[in-house]
This record gives sequence, C-alpha cells and structure tokens, in this order.
Amino acid sequence: MGNKLETIDVNLYYGDFHALKGISMFISENSVTALIGPSGCGKSTYLRLFNRMNDLIPNTRIEGQVLLDGEDIYQIKPSKIDHLRRNVGMVFQKPNPFPKSIFENVAYGLRVNGITDKSFIGAQVEKTLRQAVLWEEVKDKLKKSAFELSGGQQQRLCIARALAIEPSVILMDEPASSLDPISTGKIEDLIFELKNLYTIIVVTHNMQQAGRVSDYTGFFYLGNLIEFDKTKKIFTNPSKPETENYITGRFG
Amino acid sequence: MRLRRFTEPVFESLIKISGYSTGFIVLLIVIFLFKEGISFFNLSPVDEGSSLWVHNSNPVKKLTAPQIKDIFDQKITNWKALGGNDQPISLCTLDELGEAFTEEQLGAKFERLPACIDSYIDSLPGTIGFFPDKQTANALKNAQPVQVDKVSFSKFISGTEWFPTSRPAASMGVMPLLLGTLLVSFFAILFALPLGLAAAVYLAEIADERVRRILKPVIELLAGIPSVVYGFFGLVVIVPLVQSTFNLPVGETALAGSIVLAIMALPTIITVSEDALRTTPRAMKEASLALGASQWQTIRKVVVPYAASGITAAAILGIGRAIGETMAALMVTGNSAIMPRSLLQPVRTIPATIAAELGEAPFGGLHFKALFALGCILFIITLIINFLVERVSAKRVR
Repeated sequence: MGNKLETIDVNLYYGDFHALKGISMFISENSVTALIGPSGCGKSTYLRLFNRMNDLIPNTRIEGQVLLDGEDIYQIKPSKIDHLRRNVGMVFQKPNPFPKSIFENVAYGLRVNGITDKSFIGAQVEKTLRQAVLWEEVKDKLKKSAFELSGGQQQRLCIARALAIEPSVILMDEPASSLDPISTGKIEDLIFELKNLYTIIVVTHNMQQAGRVSDYTGFFYLGNLIEFDKTKKIFTNPSKPETENYITGRFG
Repeated sequence: MRLRRFTEPVFESLIKISGYSTGFIVLLIVIFLFKEGISFFNLSPVDEGSSLWVHNSNPVKKLTAPQIKDIFDQKITNWKALGGNDQPISLCTLDELGEAFTEEQLGAKFERLPACIDSYIDSLPGTIGFFPDKQTANALKNAQPVQVDKVSFSKFISGTEWFPTSRPAASMGVMPLLLGTLLVSFFAILFALPLGLAAAVYLAEIADERVRRILKPVIELLAGIPSVVYGFFGLVVIVPLVQSTFNLPVGETALAGSIVLAIMALPTIITVSEDALRTTPRAMKEASLALGASQWQTIRKVVVPYAASGITAAAILGIGRAIGETMAALMVTGNSAIMPRSLLQPVRTIPATIAAELGEAPFGGLHFKALFALGCILFIITLIINFLVERVSAKRVR
C-alpha cells in the first residue's frame, strides 16, 4: 500500500494562534487512520487540511506541504479546489443534511458537478444508499425531507452523500459523537466496510472507537503530533508517556 | 430584603398594568375605527336633509348614486335610458326656480315655494328636482320623492367610481383605490425583492466583514428616513425621470409610486432576509463546499432554500410597508381616483386618499365615514399580511 496522503512539516496559524506545529505524517491507501487527542489539540484542524476547509476561516496561514497522491494540494489553482473536494469527501460531526429530499441530498454532489443523466443519478443514489446501509430504511420515502430521518439515519445519509461523488479519501470529523450507541455501532461497521474502497481518516474522542475501527492512530496534543503508529501499538504499548496517560484516561 | 419584598409586587403590577392598558388602547382604536367605518353603510348617498323628486307620472321611482351623477352631469339626458318614458330629462334645482319665477311668485320668505315647484314639475313632466326638505316641506302634490339605494357593502367594494363630493349623490366605489394600492404595491415588491435579495445575499455571504460593517448600518439608516423625504426625492428625481423616459404628459404615475415604494421597502427586505440567510448553519454550507460545490452553487442550492421562509416573510413585510405607505404615495402617484389601466397612469392609493380627503370631509358626514370604511379595509389587508408572516415564519421552527 502506497502513501495516499502525506504532510511534511505543516504549520497552521489562526491569526496569532499556532494551531498545528510542524506535523509530518503519512497515510496509506485503503486504511483507516484515527486521530485522537483532547479538545482543541488540533486534530480537526489537521483533518480539514486535506480538503482545504480551513481556507474558509479568515486569517488562516499554512506552511509546509500537504500531498495527495504526491501533489501538493496547496499549490493548485484556486479554480481546482472544487476538483480537490470532489476527490476528498467529508462527513461532519453533527448530521447536516440539506433542506431537501432524501434523494436530492445524495444527488446533490452529482448535480453540482454538472451531471444531468437521470438514470445515472438514480443508480448512483441507490448504490451509495446501499453502501451506507440506509437503502432498506428509506427506499419508500426518497421524496420525503431528510429532516424526517432520525439522527443516526441522517448521519448515514451524509455518508452516502459523501460517497456519491466517488471520492478516494473520506474525512470523518467525529462522525458518531452526537449519536446513540446503536447508531454509533452502525457507523463503525460502515467505516469497516468502506475501508476496502476508500482511504479514511476519522477524528474521534472515543478511545474504544479508535481501537475498534482504525489501522493507524495519531495522538495530538496542543498542536503537536505526539505519536503516530499502528493502532495496536498505540493502545498496547505506546512509546510516549503522554500517549499512555491519555489512553488510560489520566487526562483529556 | 424587606424592601425588595415590598417593591417587587409593585413593579410586577406596574408591568401588568402597562401591558393591559396597551392592549386596551389597541382594542379601543380598532373598535373606534370599525364603529365609524361600519356606520357608513346604510346611509343614503344623497346629501343629508335633501331629496330628489320626479313627476307623479314618471315610472322611474328608484335611482342609484352613479345614475344620479350621470343625470346631473348630463351624460344621461333621456328617461328612456333609465327604463322610463321617452322624454328628455330636465334638471331643476333652486337656481332654476329662481330664474323661472319672480320673487313675488316665490313669496318674500319663500313661503309659496312648494307651490312653485309643484307647478314647475307639472309643466315639465321630465323634470328631476333636487331640493332641501325644508323648502319642499315634503308636501308636493304633483311630485314624489325618488328612492335612492343606500350605500351597501357590496356596492362600496365593487363600485368603480370614487366621487365622494359629487352632488346631489356621492358615488363611493372603492375599487379604483383598492386596485391602485395593489398595483403600486405589487410592482414595488416586484422591483424590490430581487434587488433586496441580492443585497442580502451579498451582505450575508459574500461581503467581507469590513464592507458589511459599513453597509449594514447604512441600509438600516434607509429605514429611518421619513417618508416625506422619500416622497420629495421621488418628486424631484423619479417623477421627471419616468416622465422623460416614457415621454408622458405627467410623470406622477403608478410606476413612479412603485419605484419610490420599492426603495422604501428595501431596508425591510434586506435586513429580514439577511437575518434569515445568516441562520443557515455553517456546517451545512461546509457540507456543500466539501462536495465540490462552488460558492455560488452553495448559495443558490443550500443557503437560499434554507432561508426560504425567512425570505418570504421579508417579502410579505415589504408588501405591508408598501401598502400602508401614505406620504410618499400621495406625493408621487398623481392621485387620480380612476380605475388603473396601466403603470404609466396616475393612480391613487387608499392611504393617500384618506390623508388627502380627511381634512375636507365634514366631521361625522357621509364622506368622513367613507374614509373610515377605507381605513377598515386597509386594516384588514394589513391584518391578513401579518397573519401570513406569522404562518410563514412559524414554518421555520421545525
């Protein structure tokens, strides 16, 4: 497996605040990488580097290189950012469906990317809803508003929405933090299924979740990447005392 | 501590009293408005204390207010047009009597006047006479009074002529005023909504913080300018512009009114819809951008649909502002109470009518009460608008 994503000595500043301090890390293809750490440690900020979501926040400054398939995504033309975001899907902390029907939510990404072929859109919507294990629950009410679904269903809808444009990387920002345990279990199963097809990075507060779903884990603390290794190694035999303290629940 | 136990109930009751009294005052205003407005109906449109008379042989015993107006304007000159005999109509008022009879015949104190009227009408059976009841003493032998339809609600609403001061019978049809109001307001909102929405989107989504901090107070300032200033601006700038652009004899038209009212409705539309646009969760916009949508696609397909109910509320509030606006409408619409046929014609709105005519209407008279009835109509329209706003914005709470 090659390196899908790589960051080389990345520093990020929000105004005067130094949010990411010289992060170097690589993420291999078709793997799940978990980013853990206490609130405000920079793990979400790091995640949002990969689809340039940090660009939306004024006064953000970035140094270093962020490589996707070997290309620095911060050197591309501004007009190509849409293209990058098509390739790097994102699932957010809280379910955030659009005020549209279930069908239109999933079709949205296709439509904004200029696809008009109705039969293709229909097939793609069904395929991704099946991938997100939501099809059986919504197939009779595709025209209903997405707001009528439960929180867990909404989050799976958001995952289907991200999958519909066939990205190669999926970023998940605490995708299960606002869900009940059963819905969380479903999302975790889903992550497990999806890693055969996609490279997944998931930010989580939940230690057990990181242990269950990920192949690699990175521990962030105060804007530093303290440790990055195979998940098994991090959870059984971390090499840094800070990591051990955090994992065993002594702080954070 | 003891003091607080004493002052708290006092403040509480003060607040209660002011709440109740405000509600009571509002109720009082509404009751007063409708009492005056409703008492307008079932009045006779003929001047109080006067009557119309025709010869006993005349089969026409009943006339409507517009017919009477046409007769006295000499638009109808033969009884045949009114379903009577084929004989010309001749008009007779005290003036005609003064010419037909000498002072001696009339008597020094006009005591022989009824007899004179009698003989005048008898000599000209096609006569319609209009005399004060005091002079006729209701004692004419050869003539009988004409019944005139009372002012009815349906006639008031559907009537197409507004001549509240015409004599002997006033015709008061609200249609030209109502249509004038709706025409001017409709086009005002047609102009203001796209512009206001564009400005709101710009402020909420595109403008950077510095521009916003300057522009927002400026727009809010627009809302505070007195309407007479807008009217003056309209009179000096918009009216000549409309006149020269469309090569019209006068620039004071419905179009000029619409433009001025559109400018006045803009601040409402911009601020209300901008607030609605701002309620779109950031996560929702980010989700759209993360799917590769451009900023424009995000605005068009996510932000505006999310804020749709707020934008609708803004539009309805804007309409409300335009419908109720008095001074500016009075100054630039040309104030001719005719059925509007095009935008390039003078029209007259309901509020402008009230403002312009209330000063001349005798207190408590027919005209005065008609203006209150107009006020009632305006009140009902705004009530409907407020109700719609409530309904639309209630939808937002999902």
